[in-house]
Amino acid sequence: MYDLIIIGGGPAGLAAAKAAWDKGLTKILIVERNWELGGILNQCIHNGFGLHHFKEELTGPEYAARYIDEVEKTGVEVRLDTMVLDIRQTERKEDGLPVYEIPMAGKECGYTCELTKSVVLAMGCRERPRGGVVIPGTRPAGVFTAGAAQRYVNIDGYMPGKRVVILGSGDIGLIMARRMTLEGAKVLACVELMPYSSGLNRNIVQCLNDYDIPLYLSHTVTEIRGEKRVEQVVVSEVGPDRKPIPGTEMVFDCDTLLLSVGLIPENELTQGAGIEIDRRTKGAFVYENMETSLPGIFACGNVCHVHDLVDFVSDESERAGASAADYVLKKKAVSEAAPVVTKNGDGATYIVPQRIRPENVEKFVKLFFRVGRIFPKADIVLTSAGNEIARFHKKFLAPGEMQNIVVTKEVLSKATEELLLTVEEIVETEVGA
Amino acid sequence: MKELICICCPQGCHLFVDEENDFAVTGNSCERGAEYGRTESMAPVRVLTSTVTCEGGAISRCPVKTKDAIPKGKIWEAEALVKQTSIKAPVQIGQVVIADIAGSGVDLIATKEIGALK
Repeated sequence: MYDLIIIGGGPAGLAAAKAAWDKGLTKILIVERNWELGGILNQCIHNGFGLHHFKEELTGPEYAARYIDEVEKTGVEVRLDTMVLDIRQTERKEDGLPVYEIPMAGKECGYTCELTKSVVLAMGCRERPRGGVVIPGTRPAGVFTAGAAQRYVNIDGYMPGKRVVILGSGDIGLIMARRMTLEGAKVLACVELMPYSSGLNRNIVQCLNDYDIPLYLSHTVTEIRGEKRVEQVVVSEVGPDRKPIPGTEMVFDCDTLLLSVGLIPENELTQGAGIEIDRRTKGAFVYENMETSLPGIFACGNVCHVHDLVDFVSDESERAGASAADYVLKKKAVSEAAPVVTKNGDGATYIVPQRIRPENVEKFVKLFFRVGRIFPKADIVLTSAGNEIARFHKKFLAPGEMQNIVVTKEVLSKATEELLLTVEEIVETEVGA
Repeated sequence: MKELICICCPQGCHLFVDEENDFAVTGNSCERGAEYGRTESMAPVRVLTSTVTCEGGAISRCPVKTKDAIPKGKIWEAEALVKQTSIKAPVQIGQVVIADIAGSGVDLIATKEIGALK
């Protein structure tokens, strides 16, 4: 019987394992489907990781190594090349806690079932595939997600193509524009449906501008041409309704189209276990301690909501791991009171955590959210039962950058049942006539 | 007058750099922005990250980076050297792969530990 089984050995799983061990859990197992720990960081060879967490700029493999080294110093067990197949509730109880059964299949362990008192879901996310964006045209080879291309280039050492168009301006797309250019490909264009890029400014400067790669905002790919291999893609401008404007077509002769059109949390196991999913985050509903709707099962990192910075994944996962330890060691009383439910109002697209048990909050709780459009200046307003209970002034809010506000226990005590978060834009008016 | 977008933080300030007035920076919200504006206008630098061939290891590519930023003008010369380079496993993080790459005074180092195949 394990105290804790962590599903996924990427940045989320590693940070959760370390935190749970430090809090006193001793029987911890990480199950990782790849042959090594570190998850997607292994193929993110560019730098810029760790600015918040380690106060220095690391590459992905270096950031992963820091955590792998920490976990290797503990007694945490790791099973590589092993895939979890299901999460099952059992009739059994251990120390009064429900016991979960985790069937898995692996290179070393074969098919086996392990029992555990708690679980941390740290499966991460996957890229939205071509089927997730409607692009008319044929089905030739040469259409890849940006992350798949990143793996081919950085791990396997293959170049997926020579003349490239990138659809979507998410950070992976921008990073791959530079990477493919350095490896000798010609990147003809980066095409973004929205009037703004969803990537970080620094990546637009360092990855596109440095290499003179044009960024077409308010444009999209309207056709893919080619029989066996991509031969051309057609790009059109879109109107404010995001529909292509006829007559604006540009044709690019290329052999490759990379898609960087969003990430989706990988929650098949979560759903199979009967855990409630938030359709906004596409991750589990979580409480203030990252616990899901099933007691003793926690979620953190990109499986819970997609992050832009790994530093925040590590922070969140350390909280999830510590919470799992508190749960197993019964450091906190189980609350019977109804939780405060957080709701995203105008201007916000989601909030994590979705539920808060005020008596479980020691000093404060951080609310993480995203805005629906660009706000140069705005107030984040919290209301409950029609009364404003807090207001936070913020600058430069963009959908591509996750925001957070700190809600103190005192502010939280004014909330009843529901806590509504809205974004009010502040429009500057000229003073004087 | 040269216009730049600052890349120090997500704010992305629009900087104006006066080349004729000792690269004086305006439009910045902090001192880091002023520093970035000056460096970027006088002698822009970047960290190069790439991969080299790795023989005898569990994987065939070893990720590498320049230990510090190198002049932007040396990026292509450095990348050409990276492409010709092959190393043998085992590899340690921080191991020097190419010393003083492209005469920049900066070493190219490995960023991943790769064990040798048994």
